[in-house]
Amino acid sequence: MSNEPKVRLRGLYKIFGTDGQAALEHVKAGMGKDELLAKHHHVLGLQDINVDMQAGEITVVMGLSGSGKSTLIRHLNRLIDPTAGEILVDGEDVMQLSKSGLRAIRQNKMSMVFQKFALLPHRTIAQNAAMPLVVRGVEEKTWRAEAMKWLERVGLSGYENHYPAQLSGGMQQRVGIARALTANTDIMLMDEAFSALDPLIRTDMQDLLLELQEELHKTIVFITHDLDEALKLADHLVILKDGAVVQQGEPQGILLNPKDPYIEDFVSDINRARVLRVRSVMGPLKEGVSYEGDVQAGDNLESLIAISGGETGKTYRVLEGETVVGQLDMLDLVKALVPRISSAPSEAL
Amino acid sequence: MAFYDGMFKAFGLEQWCGEGNSDAPLSMADLLAKASGKGADGPIFPFPSLDNLNKSCGNLSQTRDLTKGIEDGFLAAKPALKSVLDPLTQPLSWMLDSALWAFAAIPWFIMIPVLVAVAWFASRSKGVTIFVAFSILLLAFVDHYDVAMQTLSIIFVCTGISVLLGVPIGIAMSKSDKLERVLVPILDLLQTLPTFVYLIPLIFLFSVTESKLYGIAIILYAIVPVVRLTNLGIRLVDQDVIEAANAFGMSSSQKLTKVELPLALPNIMAGVNQTIMMSLAMVVIASLVSAPGLGVNVLRGIRNLELGVGIVAGIGIVLLAVILDRVSKAALQRVDMTHVKH
Ligand SMILES: Nc1ncnc2c1ncn2[C@@H]1O[C@H](COP(=O)(O)OP(=O)(O)OP(=O)(O)O)[C@@H](O)[C@H]1O
Ligand SMILES: [Mg+2]
Repeated sequence: MSNEPKVRLRGLYKIFGTDGQAALEHVKAGMGKDELLAKHHHVLGLQDINVDMQAGEITVVMGLSGSGKSTLIRHLNRLIDPTAGEILVDGEDVMQLSKSGLRAIRQNKMSMVFQKFALLPHRTIAQNAAMPLVVRGVEEKTWRAEAMKWLERVGLSGYENHYPAQLSGGMQQRVGIARALTANTDIMLMDEAFSALDPLIRTDMQDLLLELQEELHKTIVFITHDLDEALKLADHLVILKDGAVVQQGEPQGILLNPKDPYIEDFVSDINRARVLRVRSVMGPLKEGVSYEGDVQAGDNLESLIAISGGETGKTYRVLEGETVVGQLDMLDLVKALVPRISSAPSEAL
Repeated sequence: MAFYDGMFKAFGLEQWCGEGNSDAPLSMADLLAKASGKGADGPIFPFPSLDNLNKSCGNLSQTRDLTKGIEDGFLAAKPALKSVLDPLTQPLSWMLDSALWAFAAIPWFIMIPVLVAVAWFASRSKGVTIFVAFSILLLAFVDHYDVAMQTLSIIFVCTGISVLLGVPIGIAMSKSDKLERVLVPILDLLQTLPTFVYLIPLIFLFSVTESKLYGIAIILYAIVPVVRLTNLGIRLVDQDVIEAANAFGMSSSQKLTKVELPLALPNIMAGVNQTIMMSLAMVVIASLVSAPGLGVNVLRGIRNLELGVGIVAGIGIVLLAVILDRVSKAALQRVDMTHVKH
């Protein structure tokens, strides 16, 4: 893996309204979203976004409704043009592309799953799933086979000759996922791709995505407002609020060290024992300690609590594969389970 | 002495006015007044219209000079307009004439089954098809087959051309807000003008013996809905779907043929249905300017007070209208069902 990020956003601003440039001055001078709307009738979509997305990683963008997640992801393939800033894909500035260059990138480099599915209502499920290939001019025999393969992967074989309106919302969303997979592009943009799914299928789809990621190492930008999902999938987590990045980094790090009351509030409700891994709470090996047994660094804390039978006095040796990487004190584990609240709950957003 | 003499005197324009006084022609109103023996005094305080002012000041024109001026202007422009429009519209005459010829030349025992088959393939509805067969047979039974076929052939040609021109215009309109701003008032005008009004300039431009005269009149009137609804249909296509098409890198032409037109089809078909109905309405009026068909019989009924002839032709028109409406609506419904299953 090279050090050059696959996708790079630098100083990205987006302001919705008739005169974005004028409003941009106000925003750069420090005006907030609400004030901008009240005084100048422009909507602040994104402000000063700097995110690097590494090849082969899943970058999860999280935030409350209206925080600008969909706006952000639409900038990557320029469905929305930024008011200011740079979008670099493989080191190439997307803003400088010609019309045909942009079409080529959209056809061959990026595929997208939409929050509102956006299937073609007059085409069958198979035709919908094959759309990216049809656009590229691939012949029917090939696209049909590809479409069937991915429809089967998302659990929709047998529906290929139905029309979108004959499917439930969750099934339509899976068609959208199959469509993006059929495109087989390096970069996948997934805007709340799993939010219309029931919990069981949702877990299935998450596992499918992780499984595919093992094989294919795509660069995935995934949007969700479900923290559990974010923590399960993310290699890199970006948290948005009112169009600005409040914190980004490795998800376990954010969980243990939230920078902002907004994030503390976000992370306070989740099942920390299931999400946190031994790796994140272990300490260095110390001399003269007797260990109850060995555990894996990738195990979650829940499984450790089960092993220890809930006793807090025990200490375990932590292995990463075969090598010893540290030790885990059950007391540290218990401390990590309590969310760190720096501000009074009433102040939290 | 006319009422406004004093006024011109007061302004000192007597001299200027007087110059042309003697040769001012008598207006029709004056003639009538003379004939009935009354003086030409008129009311006590006449409105200062052109005609009334002219009585005091011969140098001012009368209203009929204005209408004459317009006519002269039109006639002066006619050769130039004709040299452009004639070759452009000539194919229309040929098409109308050959359609009329073909519908007349094909024997009834072939034509009627063909029409019924067309109705079946368009509507796929047994009821509609039976109704079509019944109506045509009824018309033929009362010896109105020939005129009905003439009307039908004109409608086919004019609707076909309206769709051929109207859909591309509608597409262009949906792509450009500027064009839409220009075209909407024109379409409004075409739709609101009483149909007789735009027959007038057409009669001047083309001779009444040419079939394109009524062809143009019908098309101008009937093209409006298909243009409007094509534009509307494309503008109403779900923006999310358009966004998906963009995201997967469709070109504008792929978007048009694979997404926009199919999704706008129900609206376009509704436009076609209205276009058909409007050409039928117009083809009856166009019999005033030599369009053949059922309209001629209606006209005969009015002119010669042949009540029976007029009523039978009228019923024929109603039957044709119902046939065309049912068949095109049934086709529309079929499109609706297969294309946007909701
Ligand atoms: N086309 C637009 N014109 C004006 N404002 C817009 C437009 N699109 C988005 N916005 C504004 O930008 C902000 C962010 O919207 P966005 O759709 O990105 O939110 P989101 O984070 O995806 O929310 P959700 O989770 O509900 O999907 C909102 O305040 C919205 O009102
Ligand atoms: Mg969104």
